[in-house]
Amino acid sequence: MTAATGTVGTTGTTGATRVAILGGGPAGLAAAQAALAAGAAVTLLDEGGRLGGQYWRHHEGLTDRRLQHGWARFERLRGVLDRAEVHTGASVWSAEASDGVVRLRAVVGAADAAGRVALDIEADAVVVATGAHDLALPVPGWTLPGVTTAGAAQALAKRDGVTVGRRTVVSGAGPFLLPVAQSLSVAGSEVVGVHEASRLGGLAAGWLPRPWQLVGKAGELVEYVGALARHRIPYRIGSGVVRVLGTDRVEGVVIAALDADWRPIPGTEREVACDSVALGHGFTPRLEVAIALGAVIEGDRRGRFVVVDESQRTSVDGVFAAGEVTGIGGADAALAEGAVAGFMAAGGALDDGRMRGPLAVRRRMRAFAARLERAHGIQPGWTSWLSDDTVVCRCENVTRRTIAVRADAPLRAMKLATRAGLGACQGRTCGRAVEAIVADAGGAPEGFDRRPVLAPVRLGEVAAVATGGPEQ
Amino acid sequence: MIRITVGDEAIEGRDGQTIAGVLIGAGRTAWRTAQTGDRGVFCGIGVCHDCLVTVNDVEGVRACQREAVDGDRVEREVRA
Amino acid sequence: MRVAVIGSGIVGAACALALVEGGAEVVVIDRVGVAGETSSRCEGNLLVSDKAPGAEADLAVASNAMWRVLAARLDAERPSCQPLTEFEAKGGIVVAFDGGEPALERFAEAQRATGIRAEAMDVAALTEAEPFLSREVVHAVHYPDDAQIQPSTATQALLDTAVRAGARLVIGEVTGALGRAGRPGRLSGVMTTAGPIEADVVVNCAGPWAGEVAARLGARLDIRPRRGVILVTTPMPQRVFHKVYDSDYVGAVGSGDAALQTSTVVESTPGGTVLIGSSRERVGFDDRPGVAPAAAIAAKAVRLFPFLEETLLLRSYFGFRPYAPDHLPVIGADPEIVGLVHATGHEGAGIGLAPATAELVVHAVLGAPTALDPTPFLPGRASLQETA
Repeated sequence: MTAATGTVGTTGTTGATRVAILGGGPAGLAAAQAALAAGAAVTLLDEGGRLGGQYWRHHEGLTDRRLQHGWARFERLRGVLDRAEVHTGASVWSAEASDGVVRLRAVVGAADAAGRVALDIEADAVVVATGAHDLALPVPGWTLPGVTTAGAAQALAKRDGVTVGRRTVVSGAGPFLLPVAQSLSVAGSEVVGVHEASRLGGLAAGWLPRPWQLVGKAGELVEYVGALARHRIPYRIGSGVVRVLGTDRVEGVVIAALDADWRPIPGTEREVACDSVALGHGFTPRLEVAIALGAVIEGDRRGRFVVVDESQRTSVDGVFAAGEVTGIGGADAALAEGAVAGFMAAGGALDDGRMRGPLAVRRRMRAFAARLERAHGIQPGWTSWLSDDTVVCRCENVTRRTIAVRADAPLRAMKLATRAGLGACQGRTCGRAVEAIVADAGGAPEGFDRRPVLAPVRLGEVAAVATGGPEQ
Repeated sequence: MIRITVGDEAIEGRDGQTIAGVLIGAGRTAWRTAQTGDRGVFCGIGVCHDCLVTVNDVEGVRACQREAVDGDRVEREVRA
Repeated sequence: MRVAVIGSGIVGAACALALVEGGAEVVVIDRVGVAGETSSRCEGNLLVSDKAPGAEADLAVASNAMWRVLAARLDAERPSCQPLTEFEAKGGIVVAFDGGEPALERFAEAQRATGIRAEAMDVAALTEAEPFLSREVVHAVHYPDDAQIQPSTATQALLDTAVRAGARLVIGEVTGALGRAGRPGRLSGVMTTAGPIEADVVVNCAGPWAGEVAARLGARLDIRPRRGVILVTTPMPQRVFHKVYDSDYVGAVGSGDAALQTSTVVESTPGGTVLIGSSRERVGFDDRPGVAPAAAIAAKAVRLFPFLEETLLLRSYFGFRPYAPDHLPVIGADPEIVGLVHATGHEGAGIGLAPATAELVVHAVLGAPTALDPTPFLPGRASLQETA
């Protein structure tokens, strides 16, 4: 057995509350800062090699400074972490909460290496700040090399300083498409166009009644719009990529105008030559850790999130949640929620003066999130751009037709019969799309979010718990 | 600079790049054989598992998550 | 004859098909739909290797032969929308580590006396059959009749076929009996959340929930759940070619011990993944297995196939297996209530025993002849009455 074992969470020999924080993005970092301020012994884990999450993804030598937003805030948050125990490159693969004790099992080391160091953490409270990942809806041809999520384009540009292609079409919905276009331009790809599926009506309904909610977000948005103008990037609303063209790799896309339900409008299709496509239709919260801890999840297939109260407390004692897992609201909301969650997890009180700021920001940003969903939320007509033989589950190559035929079976039986969602990503990529197709066909999906194995882990690393783990 | 091998070929990357970053920087967009064709990066943040490679004889490494180290031996994975 | 089958797991689906083809008018009632629970949460073992000589072994041998015919038929007659059963007559290899050899050989010898094929393998044959197996293995027995099926798709294929033959599936939960309540009583159907369903005979195929269903129908039946956890690896080139078990599997099946037990069963699936089972725990319907069963299974699997140490775990799942206190299936007429037939209590062997169970049910319901001996499995047997 090559896996070594370490135990943490015992820094609080003084009797301080032991708070574990899962995720080193805006929510997790703010939670750590607040928990430390409230006197807790803090352990923060993140699976990435560096702190910052998706929002502050970076590499010291490779990231272009123009792509770092709110960097001073990040440096302040990171600065206080010398009083915490921080593990980057930490994959938490098991999480349990019972009798007020949280038990986390992680492996720490280079991503997906064999025989990483085992980390067994016991805490009094945990803040789940696991964030979200891009939701890219399937499009015919989307398995061709050169098609990535918008988040991938962003991550590759920011973290690695590269772009997949030289001529990129960005398509999807929501304000996130703007920084993606900016990143692509800065990192060296021409952006042929940004296609926003929402139409003017939806955007107006979402934004116009409460324009002041853009305050706080506005500075950043203005910056992006400026970048679009500087790089002469066309921004088209009510349109999207409905097909990707090419044989061995991307050679172009078909763009169509979309109606209010995101149904392609016949006769509006046109071909555009490009060598790469970035798709981002929204975000999917990473719920598996919260579910493993027993937290109640609510919502429907438009969006399911961890239920939290005013203190960011979930339905389980000692389990708090903050950021995108509780609702897609962006970095400012995540920072505010994280501060509340960390402070309360450490035993703080909501009426403490230090909570006044975060509570106010949270209130404002929750309204912002509701606007975001109204303006850019996925509309059900998108499934009409699929053909029967479009691959929906990328891991197992399961087509729309195969899924629709078994739509009346219970979800588990449907998955086993079609293999949709059974592959390497465990439905993280296709889950929401499969649910929409099942619903179109008259079935009643019950969700893809439960995943008992929380992160990639090797059998030897799991076996170490039984053969050499600290429990024995 | 770092140098890694991909199959029989040596390619160079910048210090700190992920394996995916090195591959893309060298002009590659696909490096895994799936049932419907070649795949490369899709999600870029470790979720989709499309970019898996074998690194130094260990299978199933996400190229977008693994920082490349000078001398890494990267091999293509094939899904039958 | 109108028959209501409660439960559309593998046993309910097999019974529905056999009954409808025997001439009955069949309604299948299930809370969630086809293969929604136990039959989608197990391994699909069609085993003779783990059966000690006795009534269940005889049933397993007969059922194993029936599966070969049935699976071929389901796959041959299927319309394109019906999934394949993925039946594979791959054979099983039971191996012993140092010290385990005498027990394994004694067990195999007793099985051979009852007609089960159990062939001792020498090291050369074992290495050729399973080149990636641990060199620590000192003895192995090959069971050519062990086979594998995809339990969920096989259940779906059985029910699809039954529905094409005229059976009807109703989604609903049984809430009570129609007819004369109490013991002795006579059923004339069941009340469900989807309305009343009249029937001349009700067949209880509710697996681990069969005891609860029996209670709602006024009957007494002691069926309990046993939790089993299974691990699935990421797809890989094939390195396991049979069903390979550690011989401690033999000891765990019949045990009534409540504590966590594990025994290693490793095999490849057509999808390229490796399936690793299984644990056994008596913890009621507790749905939070935690990490201990997975760790214990992983440790034993790595010992059996050292290459698994670096293999990625893709997912784990668990299901509840129905068992009776005397560890025998419960198949046949309820001793106190006319019009009620039970078919449950198969523990980890329900997939394998489904066709033979269906034949016994058709015998009980329609009076069809059978070469199988129903007596050991009757719900009125003495070994069940003591605990009821």
